[in-house]
Amino acid sequence: MNAAHVLAASTVGAGAVVAFWILAVISVAAALGLVLAPRAVHGAVLLAVVMLSLAVLYGVAGAPFLAFVQIIVYTGAVLMLFLFVLMIVGVSAADSMRETIRGQRLAAGLAGIGLLVLLALVVGHAAIGPAAPAGSNYGVLNVQRLAQLIFTRYVFPFELTSALLITAALGAMVLAHRERTSPKPSQRDLARQRVRGDHPAPLPGPGVYARGDAADMPALLPDGTPSPLSLNPVMARRRGSAIRVPGPGVPAPLPPGEPGKDGGPDAEPDREGAHP
Amino acid sequence: MISHVLAAAPAGGSNPTLASFYGQPWWMIVLKVVVLFVFLMLTTLFMIWAERRVIGRMQQRPGPNRAGPFGLLQSLLDGIKLALKEDIVPRGVDKLLFWLAPAISAIPALISFSVIPFGPEVSIFGVHTPLQVADLPVAVLLVLAMSSMGVYGIVLAGWASSSPYSLLGGLRSSAQVISYEIAMGLSFVAVFLYSGSLSTTAIVNAQANGAQFHLFGVILHWPSWFAVLLLPSFLIYLVTMVGETNRLPFDLPEGEGELVGGFHTEYSSLKFAIFYLAEYVNMTTVAGLATTLFLGGWRAPWPISVWSGSNAGWWPLLWFLAKVGILLFCFIWLRGTLPRIRYDQLMKLGWKVLIPVSLAWIMMIATIRVWRSQGGSVPVYIVGGAILAALLALAWAGDMASERRRVAREGPADDEEMEGGQSPSGAPSFPVPPLDLPHYHGIGVAAGVAGSLAGRDGAAAGIGGRPAGPAASDSVKEVTGA
Repeated sequence: MNAAHVLAASTVGAGAVVAFWILAVISVAAALGLVLAPRAVHGAVLLAVVMLSLAVLYGVAGAPFLAFVQIIVYTGAVLMLFLFVLMIVGVSAADSMRETIRGQRLAAGLAGIGLLVLLALVVGHAAIGPAAPAGSNYGVLNVQRLAQLIFTRYVFPFELTSALLITAALGAMVLAHRERTSPKPSQRDLARQRVRGDHPAPLPGPGVYARGDAADMPALLPDGTPSPLSLNPVMARRRGSAIRVPGPGVPAPLPPGEPGKDGGPDAEPDREGAHP
Repeated sequence: MISHVLAAAPAGGSNPTLASFYGQPWWMIVLKVVVLFVFLMLTTLFMIWAERRVIGRMQQRPGPNRAGPFGLLQSLLDGIKLALKEDIVPRGVDKLLFWLAPAISAIPALISFSVIPFGPEVSIFGVHTPLQVADLPVAVLLVLAMSSMGVYGIVLAGWASSSPYSLLGGLRSSAQVISYEIAMGLSFVAVFLYSGSLSTTAIVNAQANGAQFHLFGVILHWPSWFAVLLLPSFLIYLVTMVGETNRLPFDLPEGEGELVGGFHTEYSSLKFAIFYLAEYVNMTTVAGLATTLFLGGWRAPWPISVWSGSNAGWWPLLWFLAKVGILLFCFIWLRGTLPRIRYDQLMKLGWKVLIPVSLAWIMMIATIRVWRSQGGSVPVYIVGGAILAALLALAWAGDMASERRRVAREGPADDEEMEGGQSPSGAPSFPVPPLDLPHYHGIGVAAGVAGSLAGRDGAAAGIGGRPAGPAASDSVKEVTGA
């Protein structure tokens, strides 16, 4: 009950304690799930749950500003950027659980134990030592007091931190920046290129309803062969795609009997017209 | 309490403060939450109906007019039908997140409306209570936080669907909402500076009356709405609120022409309906927030505020709903008017225009406030304004000079595409019809009109009729290939 006592000390009564125990269970479970989840995106979502639990704890402890800044900055911006990168990882991709660096698990375990000791010391110190001041000083005036502290006593660390962040952002931009060697094609250039190219008109659409109802069905040419232009090669390569489209210029003949299988006059190719 | 322009003070004590939210009975809170939920559902239904009717009118067609009076029940019936449809979960999706995403999208949208004030303190079953579910010292931050949580729904829906369209929609949406959220947050800063609070109740109270000034011996008031005082902030907010809700012209996350339906391509039935609901509730929320922060909240607009009872009792609910309704109409109007913009244009607008302008405006506002609080004099304003104008003029002149240099270096843009046939350089050009044709000048049309009286065959003969003049006959040759 020590931790709960510390957190609940600055607020009123039993509601805070109940909230603490509910959130403690949720956040510890989510944190464990974050470590154990095989998929990175699940881990990111569980991390968001941990952050939200922390935010609610801040709110219960009488620091609403901190609570919402936690949500906006960490959950809304930082973690969203992580998620942004993780989105590129496909749904079916799972992390490999093999140890790639020798002795990594042992080192991680030792570091974990060290962190646990440190946290226990901090929490124990806070529980035994003088408690945080009572909630009457905070609450409604929370924002003003925080602003006062940030811009008076802690102005130097605050500015240093922002300088650090700006330096990091500038460094990332410098590292990621690449000078353009040719001018960027404008919309006009692209239009000209397209009209003078092989296909001024849009490429043929997929053969939805020609032989199936999925967008990865190729359109059929008048002779019944699938049109390689009608499919995005990326989609055609996807696992479980209905048909493999050959490269452009190499129309694949359909297997015999295939076109007539679904029935319907539209599905029947005009073979005599194609091979007189 | 100081009165508004020409308005008598409303009954004392009707202005709620943060303290009026303490000690409410539990049933009152439950009642307000339920009423708010029902209100948002009805607003969504009404909004979908209104959107279809108004856009129909803008496009010269009636819109839905069969179910109920004026077709009012159409969206209700559509909603029931949608919810009863088969719920298709595609193969290969991440089941858990696929289920969670609509809820993650809708819940924050519903929560953020709880800090929007609908009116002053009223009496419900004998209990005095503000017409607002909750208020916090940092209420506006709650709206920002909830809008950033709502993005999770969109992003996770895009990822979990395991479809390229959904993934691209989700990526676009997260980048767009994060970018526009920065500009949106910056547009609030000036309001916070002027009202001295982040609580919505206090912000509405701060817009009660403008400062007095004397003109020819008459006491007048500055306008009290922040939309007038802080016009640049308001304009920036208006743009970002459309960007935040993924509505036209910024609806790239679900651009039909490119992404089918964007992040909700793979969703059907009730789950799709919940995404739809979240979008409309978000629209109502940003409109309510605009009303609260910039348009005086529930306070009566000027000509009505002359009436002393306009800001007391239940009347403010009407003013609030009217303001929100006008803003929602603007959403529909935009959708009926503007085409979708390109993604790079969207990002350029957000990062290169809205954010820098917001920052400069906040710096200016803060400087002016500090000067005023330290007794700034009129000459300081004049000198400062002159310096600012000189800087702007310099920047404009530099811009023009660089544009001239660019034109001198690259030459003017060639108009070869506009010419039919061969371009001056001899290369084949775009297959466009010639700019000049005889019937552009009415030649042949008169005969056609005359012929049309005699019937269809006559009209066809008239349009294809012989043109007059050698120049025109050349053009016709070009068209017909003769």
